[in-house]
Amino acid sequence: MTSSDIAARRRWMGVLAKARPPEIDEAWSALGAPSGYVHLRRPETGLAMVRGRMGGDGAAFNVGEMTVTRCSVRLADGAVGHAYVAGRDASHAERAAVIDALLQDEERRASIEALVIAPLERAQAERRDMASRKAAATRVDFFTMIRGET
Amino acid sequence: MYVAVKGGEKAIDNAHRLMAEERRGDPGTPPLSLDQIAGQLGLAVDRVMTEGSVYDRELAALAVKQAQGDLIEAIFLVRAYRTTLPRFGASEPIDTAGMAIRRRISAAFKDLPGGQMLGPTYDYTHRLLDFGLADGAAPEPAAVGAAPVERDIPRVAEVLGHEGLIEREEPGDGAAPGDLTRQPLAYPAGRDLRLQNLARGDEGFLLALAYSGQRGYGNTHPFAGEIRMGEVAVELVPEELGFPVEIGEITVTECQMINQFKGSKTQPPQFTRGYGLSFGRAERKAMAMALVDRALRCAELGEEPVSPAQDQEFVLSHSDNVEASGFVQHLKLPHYVDFQSELELIRRLRAREAAGPPGGDGTGTREAAE
Repeated sequence: MTSSDIAARRRWMGVLAKARPPEIDEAWSALGAPSGYVHLRRPETGLAMVRGRMGGDGAAFNVGEMTVTRCSVRLADGAVGHAYVAGRDASHAERAAVIDALLQDEERRASIEALVIAPLERAQAERRDMASRKAAATRVDFFTMIRGET
Repeated sequence: MYVAVKGGEKAIDNAHRLMAEERRGDPGTPPLSLDQIAGQLGLAVDRVMTEGSVYDRELAALAVKQAQGDLIEAIFLVRAYRTTLPRFGASEPIDTAGMAIRRRISAAFKDLPGGQMLGPTYDYTHRLLDFGLADGAAPEPAAVGAAPVERDIPRVAEVLGHEGLIEREEPGDGAAPGDLTRQPLAYPAGRDLRLQNLARGDEGFLLALAYSGQRGYGNTHPFAGEIRMGEVAVELVPEELGFPVEIGEITVTECQMINQFKGSKTQPPQFTRGYGLSFGRAERKAMAMALVDRALRCAELGEEPVSPAQDQEFVLSHSDNVEASGFVQHLKLPHYVDFQSELELIRRLRAREAAGPPGGDGTGTREAAE
């Protein structure tokens, strides 16, 4: 894989992982509930140790774990898809893995991008924007007063 | 010492049934859903995730429900659950500079590049009970700004660090940090292990230690350089892919404490730093952690360790509320054999005392001491 292939795959895998379960269900229906794939690894829930950095930018340390569910599938045409999704939702991980496999085919890619990935990414950007604008409304300017001033 | 006992199965079974009934409360009221707990008791869930050391809102909400709101019991439940799961790997270190910020304040720098956002906070409230909530009143919708907060707001130390007045962090050699869930803590512990221990440590214990430092047990003069809360991406490198993929976003709170430091033989006078990081919105915990982290750096900064908060063996070996609760609460379990032997010892000593000193050569006293 070239670095632009890797960047593209990282993007859609991230978008699929961050989608909400009802959104994944919708995407799945939009794709006509794909079948005809086999599990290379059935959905399995485990832990990832989350690392941070001392002071935010120093050496790494272990903060604590988070749950993550992974799944790997192979389509009839041989394409392999993987998913690593925060949480314990087996169906989410399985569907994300199938969509990742479908996206390996360059001919299908543009239509799945338009049908699934772009709308999911847009919804995520909108949620982030709304949360950020609510935070922006709490922006504060403190003025230092001279002692005795009221 | 606890010695195994037999019997009581029926009584234990019935006690658990009684507890389940009590937990349910009045059956005429609706049961709590996990969504309600995760959504409306979010800070309880955040504490359970932080100290249970597993980020999973739904699991933590279940633990809160199962423990009837006893958060230390809930933390124990989460810790027990985590032992049933395999570890898939470790994330790339999260980048808090890239955080989608929902709160960011500094008590030290008024005009911080990127600005200060109060976000959702109890600060500046009057702590008056709100009886409107008792009636289920809907809140006024949050105000929405015209534009979002800027992306990639640098952390405070990066803003002011270049003058050399604030200590810079060493980036580390890239070696995997120590993991106290894999190997027991040995002393002296490195800062990686200390921070891991504090991150999962009891909020109340760390809060009290941090407070003791402020009150003069250890010479600290801290400022909250920056506190930020929001969402960060978590990336993992799956072995089958070999490149990092984002598995999701988590909410974290980060605290950078800045402490006055007069300098040592090797370091000029400058501000030194303490660091706190918690899952969710556990802000008090992150602040306490940062103060205790700084106190525990005493040896590295050439300070005389004179107070409890600076004693790493004392702090790190008593910070875990699951261990502490287990050892304190095991005293409730049957200790009949142990108690019986001590009872007999006391009876023997008293009988000997009543019989008078044997020949006045002092050996009786020595035996008693033994």
